[in-house]
Amino acid sequence: MTVEIPKEKWSGQVREVTIGATAEDGGTRTQTLTIGGETTLPFLHFEGSIPHRPALAIEIRDRKPDDWSPILLETWGEAMESPAAWAKAAEEAGADLIYLVLSLTTADGEENTPENARRVVREVLDATGLPLAVAGPGQADVDNELIVPVAEEAEGERILLGICEEGNYRTIVAAALANNHLVQSKTPMDVNLSKQLVILISDMGIPLERIVMDPTTGALGYGIEYGYSVMERLRLAALQGDSMTQQPMLVDPGAEAWKVKESKVGEGVPESWGDWQNRALEWEALTASSLVQSGADLLVLRHPDTLKRVKAMIDALLATTA
Amino acid sequence: MALSGLEIYKLLPQTNCKDCDFPTCLAFAMKLAAKQVELKDCPHISDEAAEKLASASAPPIRLIKLGGVDGKVEVGNETVLYRHEKTFFHRPGLFLRVRDDEDLEALKAKVAEADAFSVDYVGIDLYLDGFAVEAASGNADSFKKTVAAVIAGSKKPLILIAPEPDLAKAGLEAAEGLRPLLYAANAENWEAMADIAKNADVPLVVHAENLDDMADLTKKLQDRGLEDLVLDPAAGGYLQSLHTFTTLRRLAVKSNFRPLGFPIISFPGAQDGADESLLTAQHIAKYGGFIVIEKFEPAVLYPLLVLRQNIYTDPQKPIQVQPGIYEINNPTDESPLMVTTNFSITYFAIANEIEGTGRPGWLLVADAEGMSVLTAWAAGKFDAERIAKDAKAFGAEDKVSHKKIILPGHVSVLSGELEEELPGWEIMVGPREAVDIGSYLKAMWQA
Repeated sequence: MTVEIPKEKWSGQVREVTIGATAEDGGTRTQTLTIGGETTLPFLHFEGSIPHRPALAIEIRDRKPDDWSPILLETWGEAMESPAAWAKAAEEAGADLIYLVLSLTTADGEENTPENARRVVREVLDATGLPLAVAGPGQADVDNELIVPVAEEAEGERILLGICEEGNYRTIVAAALANNHLVQSKTPMDVNLSKQLVILISDMGIPLERIVMDPTTGALGYGIEYGYSVMERLRLAALQGDSMTQQPMLVDPGAEAWKVKESKVGEGVPESWGDWQNRALEWEALTASSLVQSGADLLVLRHPDTLKRVKAMIDALLATTA
Repeated sequence: MALSGLEIYKLLPQTNCKDCDFPTCLAFAMKLAAKQVELKDCPHISDEAAEKLASASAPPIRLIKLGGVDGKVEVGNETVLYRHEKTFFHRPGLFLRVRDDEDLEALKAKVAEADAFSVDYVGIDLYLDGFAVEAASGNADSFKKTVAAVIAGSKKPLILIAPEPDLAKAGLEAAEGLRPLLYAANAENWEAMADIAKNADVPLVVHAENLDDMADLTKKLQDRGLEDLVLDPAAGGYLQSLHTFTTLRRLAVKSNFRPLGFPIISFPGAQDGADESLLTAQHIAKYGGFIVIEKFEPAVLYPLLVLRQNIYTDPQKPIQVQPGIYEINNPTDESPLMVTTNFSITYFAIANEIEGTGRPGWLLVADAEGMSVLTAWAAGKFDAERIAKDAKAFGAEDKVSHKKIILPGHVSVLSGELEEELPGWEIMVGPREAVDIGSYLKAMWQA
């Protein structure tokens, strides 16, 4: 019996977005990162094309964080003392992009300053040739105060500026427009909110080729199914031709997975949770790998081993000659 | 694919004879489409139409049931490709492989440990579904002995991996009275395997290297009287299994292709170059049915079971947290008492945030039928009466001495009513967003 393999005919395509600029394009990056461009669901090569692999970023901070899991502190060790060293370590670990998050305060508890943000971004740009994303600490006023000077400092580098949210996107988009950067558009796990913010941002005049969509995810066990399904719905809408859902998707399984009890805490938890180190790594890897399956184009991770494992999985899923 | 009322109507006699107790054939067709009546209520239906209707109403993926000494697993009956379209109904069964050439005592210990494994996830008990016992030695007596040992050590359902008919028979003898899954019939042994599975009345796995051969085999087995089948498409690693499983699900659900409308069995730990847990995760999300794993490792099994629970959660019915008063960071009677609802994501957001502040606190999780704060408030499920009732029921008075309670900022409007419901208590209004809890407590709570 000949079984006819069903194939979907998709009319839409995810937009291609390129982060980073080499000398040729007015930047200093040694490589750029292009994501998106798919004309089918994740890895279904038999019915469409997947021109770019899902990319993996490593999150670094402008200083050693106070609240990260000891497992992460031990892994990055000395490198965490300097953003430049941390960025280099992340590059060596195989990252496609450095995702730099600025802290609310400096190590001695003082408020972070525009000068410090500029200095850190310059150090990271000098330390690595990888493309860069920079996000503020997540408080609207501080984000704006720090991201504007960062955008100026990195002018021409086509960095990804975070994080535009419904209540706070104008200043960041304006900074991206003025200095030729891209923006991350983040909405809380909802298809319509996702579309709406992309529309609002593009209404300010920034081309859609410079918007990366962050639909937000929860960690495994902490709401991943919402993020997973919103991503599937957004991707289906994109392939069916809904223009404002056609941005490549960024998600942050690293931050989500490493803030849950299963990865943070090694003592006073049920024995059936198993070995702490293994469990923590599984938590990040399973969160990330599931989101790769639901259509993520760029994933931000925290542990280098997770990056290795997820990269090997993506390699296998792209090996069309196999 | 279910037929619509009109499609069913076309297959009925269209005489409006009322023998079914409905005024018209169309009315009966509508009831039939809604599954409120049965086809046999129409005495005049033609055989041909009956067959068409019966096959159209059968689920696109057959439900396969396994039973152990105590405990069962049901897999199949799926109707959609993406969970948001409706839901995924039957969680894939996770089975641990053991072999009859392992040291028997070590095997018994492994079975006991895996059998006892259980972990609590938001009040849901998660555990391994059973064991896949393989006749690796090729010796019938040894297989029989091992199957008996596994049954003695665990009441969970079994998969019997026996490539030869003689071994299959031996394994089934040891498992008499149970309903294991028999693995596997192939192009060479299918007749003997079919008869053995039929005699023992157990479901049978069909192994074929490609879908064309698979469809031929399932057809032959069905003709021989077997209905409960499971597919082993020998799908290999990440890419091939993603393509094959997606194709099988589409064939069943979208093309209504009966010869391959059965659950899939996979062995993610036995594929070269694949990471067992990541490939298992892929099979959980993308259409696996029975998943046989090679390693028992709680640190891996726990997240996999949670993933399975998450993916198979009905999107219409969010996971709820048990209502109650939760302790965070070892609170005392001086610590703040905050209120939220029992929607799991809301609870996690708040609990994580409080935990992250390092400050001790009590969290009263009110029974708001699993809705978030604003949704529950709008639906009248999270009002002053409910909060007061739960505060009393869960003993808030005994937990804190300060008689202060902090409401979510979004429902500040409830503070007046809550004062009336909880006389003698001070009602404080907290932040609207979880992320601001830290700064709120810092500013408002001196303890």
